Amino acid sequence: MSAGTVRHLYVHLPFCASRCGYCDFVTLVGRREGHGGYVDSLLRELELERGLLAPQLDTVFLGGGTPTFTEPGALERLLRALPAAAEVTVEANPETVTPELAALLRRGGVTRVSLGAQSFQPELLTMLDRRCGPDAVRSAFHTLRDAGVDNISLDLIYGIPGQSASDLERDLDEALELRPEHISCYELEAKSGTRFTHEHGEELARQADAMEDYFERVVERLTTYGYRWYETANFCLGLDRSAGRDLRSRHNLAYWHARDYVGLGIGAVSTVDGHRWRNAPSLARYVDALERGLRPPREHEPLDAGVRQRERVMLGLRLDEPLPVDGLDEAIDGIALERLELLGLARTGEAAGSRTLALTNRGRFLGGGVTAELLA
Amino acid sequence: MDQAKIRNFSIIAHIDHGKSTLADRILEVTHTVADRDMREQLLDSMELERERGITIKAQAVRVQWKGHQLNLIDTPGHVDFTYEVSRSLQACEGALLVVDAAQGIEAQTLANAYLAIENNLEIVPCVNKIDLPQADPDRAAAEVAELIGVGPGDVLRISAKTGQGVPEVLDAIVDRVPAPEGDPAAPARALIFDSSYDQYRGVVAFVRMVHGKFTPREPLRAMAQGTRFEAEELGYFSPTRTEAPTLEAGEVGYVITGLKDVSKLRVGDTLTSEARPASEPLPGYKDVKPMVFAGLFPTDSDDYPELRDALERLKLNDAALVYEPESSQALGFGFRCGFLGLLHMEIVRERLEREFDLDLLVTAPTVAYRVRRPNGDWVEVHNPSEMPDEVEEVEEPYIKASIIVPKDYVGSVMELNNERRGRFDHMEYLSEERVLLVYELPLAEIVLDYYDQLKSRTRGYASFDYDLSGFRPGKLVRVDVLVAGEPVDALSLILHRDAAYDRGRMLVERLREEIPRQFFDVAIQAAIGSRVIARETVKARRKDVLAKCYGGDVSRKRKLLEKQKAGKKRMKRVGAVEVPQEAFLAVLNLNGEKK
Repeated sequence: MSAGTVRHLYVHLPFCASRCGYCDFVTLVGRREGHGGYVDSLLRELELERGLLAPQLDTVFLGGGTPTFTEPGALERLLRALPAAAEVTVEANPETVTPELAALLRRGGVTRVSLGAQSFQPELLTMLDRRCGPDAVRSAFHTLRDAGVDNISLDLIYGIPGQSASDLERDLDEALELRPEHISCYELEAKSGTRFTHEHGEELARQADAMEDYFERVVERLTTYGYRWYETANFCLGLDRSAGRDLRSRHNLAYWHARDYVGLGIGAVSTVDGHRWRNAPSLARYVDALERGLRPPREHEPLDAGVRQRERVMLGLRLDEPLPVDGLDEAIDGIALERLELLGLARTGEAAGSRTLALTNRGRFLGGGVTAELLA
Repeated sequence: MDQAKIRNFSIIAHIDHGKSTLADRILEVTHTVADRDMREQLLDSMELERERGITIKAQAVRVQWKGHQLNLIDTPGHVDFTYEVSRSLQACEGALLVVDAAQGIEAQTLANAYLAIENNLEIVPCVNKIDLPQADPDRAAAEVAELIGVGPGDVLRISAKTGQGVPEVLDAIVDRVPAPEGDPAAPARALIFDSSYDQYRGVVAFVRMVHGKFTPREPLRAMAQGTRFEAEELGYFSPTRTEAPTLEAGEVGYVITGLKDVSKLRVGDTLTSEARPASEPLPGYKDVKPMVFAGLFPTDSDDYPELRDALERLKLNDAALVYEPESSQALGFGFRCGFLGLLHMEIVRERLEREFDLDLLVTAPTVAYRVRRPNGDWVEVHNPSEMPDEVEEVEEPYIKASIIVPKDYVGSVMELNNERRGRFDHMEYLSEERVLLVYELPLAEIVLDYYDQLKSRTRGYASFDYDLSGFRPGKLVRVDVLVAGEPVDALSLILHRDAAYDRGRMLVERLREEIPRQFFDVAIQAAIGSRVIARETVKARRKDVLAKCYGGDVSRKRKLLEKQKAGKKRMKRVGAVEVPQEAFLAVLNLNGEKK
């Protein structure tokens, strides 16, 4: 069998110490005794899909859950068994970061850590059910730095119930003080069905007007401090401040460029060659199938050419680089595009011999609606 | 047939109280429908007919019971077709009043029951669904008995579902309902109480022979309208069309007319024989004219031809429906349709959507206005956007409204009527508990949400009926709505001058809520002529992003955007502004805005 071509691998580690009210990811609380068995299953799935992967991977991303909550022995075994890659990212929660863990990650080839800070205000962290305080966030950051992790991303959440504009500014200040290479900044989504929405949905709806400009404030502040707003919710230090390193998340860029990727673990999604599948979220069925040498139960979704084009547009327009649109004409509503250009929300151009399309700054703030309108 | 052996009756029941189940059971008990197979066959053939666009209405079914001929005459489903209902009732001598044992009497039933009593019908009361665990037959029976003034023991207790008590119902009809007393030798007079259209045979009139008789091939005339035709075929339904050699005094049946236009034969008109015509028609005919108008537009403008075909086909069976093409800047091509009333409008709309699978936008209903131009000409205006700028005088239709309500709600009803420019006429106590209120009201004040308001302010107890009482001058003005500076013809309103400011303000406020925020600020204005009387702004959106979008989110986010895009397609574009369909209905519940 010839080697595969997929250069991006996602590994899902669902375990968490506790579940945060706002979270709607596939997560499992506790069960430390099951971690080793789950890692075995992950590695079995990896073997089953190995044929899809290129000999040399570009990126590996361990997401969760809280990957760093995984029992250390199991985590280390996993890291050692995973294929090497130019960028290996692990998501971490501040309270799990100890010098031992940092050292373990370094030994395991991790090049980048994405730290779930969310906020630096104790009340807001409590509101989000986070188990650590602001000091733990700072301390985790320094521990990682001390261990030699030179590419750290901070996750921040804004739009938390009760968060004033000055709270937001303080959070941004605190984050900037640490000078992380990368910042992801998300508006808190009241996803239906979560405990959080049940408890705070109405409050959030009431605050919607007051918080309307938070996104603008975030972009304004971070770009002023030399960060590049390279994706809707993602920022990295610009080349001029990073000694020439491109600090964008290479793994996530692969998604936004609509490249193929393989995902391992419960709930993980893969997209290869116009075919997408999602592993079922059940841990028991996952482990059980792989113990019997079978692929876990999956939902399959074929992606026809039209869907692929539309996804290319939807994902590409999240980035600050213009999207080459040659070959994507069928996915774009030409009349809508003209209208959006007139409104100063989209911009067409040409680069490297291809026509391009990008959203203007204001268009990016309205990216969802603008993209919905643009799609044919 | 000897008239002494004939009984003509209809069934009065609230929706869901079991009218059609009881009718089915009567067909079975009398062996009119032999068995289950035949019934299924019958239904199948009806379905087929429907696909071809004709409704065979078994509006009057003849059954045999213990040597008697029983004619069950269906009444239109809604109390608001008062005129049609009254014609159907006039064709009967008795009525089964069916009340759900669990629900008790409902306001709608009440109005029809009163109508039946007014028409001197013998009421045979039944409490239905006594097999239900939550049934309270004694309570329901007491209520019915009190209402129509009989002893509770006279109220039959039945279950149409199981068939329990159904033979007793038929016995009661024979025993209690009087036989018809027409003059068989007099010049023929038959009351048309309904009609339908058969694509091969033309208009089929449903008639009650009151006096005299008809024979096939006999030349007939509709007395009020003067329409002449030859009776191609006579007969009755049992339950399928069954030809008969004659229709005689007291009988109910059909006449196939060969006419190609249903509007030539109106409900309430009298058929007589050309050879020996009656001198007077039967009393009670009214030329029912549409008084409520609304624009019907296809949501998808490509559906315009389908809407036109559907209206043509509906019109075949609905003489009261009128329509003409209308084009709106905001809504594209559609039809201005005239209806008897709001429920007629609702039914037409529902049939268009359900039977013809059309997605429609119906503009706020308006009434017919009479307008005198400066040159002295009177014109009739059915659409606010057609109201001329220069008018000398405007007249609007008024109604005389009768509202029957428990006495505790008299105050609420008076308050509502005052808000609606009503003029109190009189009130009377029908019983210790129930009061009849009579008001004069501009029709325009009831076409929007009067029913809803009346119902909600009387907890559903009020029953309401009205008659047109003519046109009267009013201080009326046209209020236009501008969205982002563009007038939206479909939102224009004709309002009383005193209410124009308030309603204009409420309308732009409602529109501000209905029109989603766009990529730019949108001004919404209400104006009389060039004078802006109210203004609101829909502020531009500042953010609209799908926050996290990684490998696992792509399908879901894509579907979300596709849905968003599809949602936009349902919006109407006014200039650069996307206006959701709901916004065009904002006018509908302006009056209800009392918090």
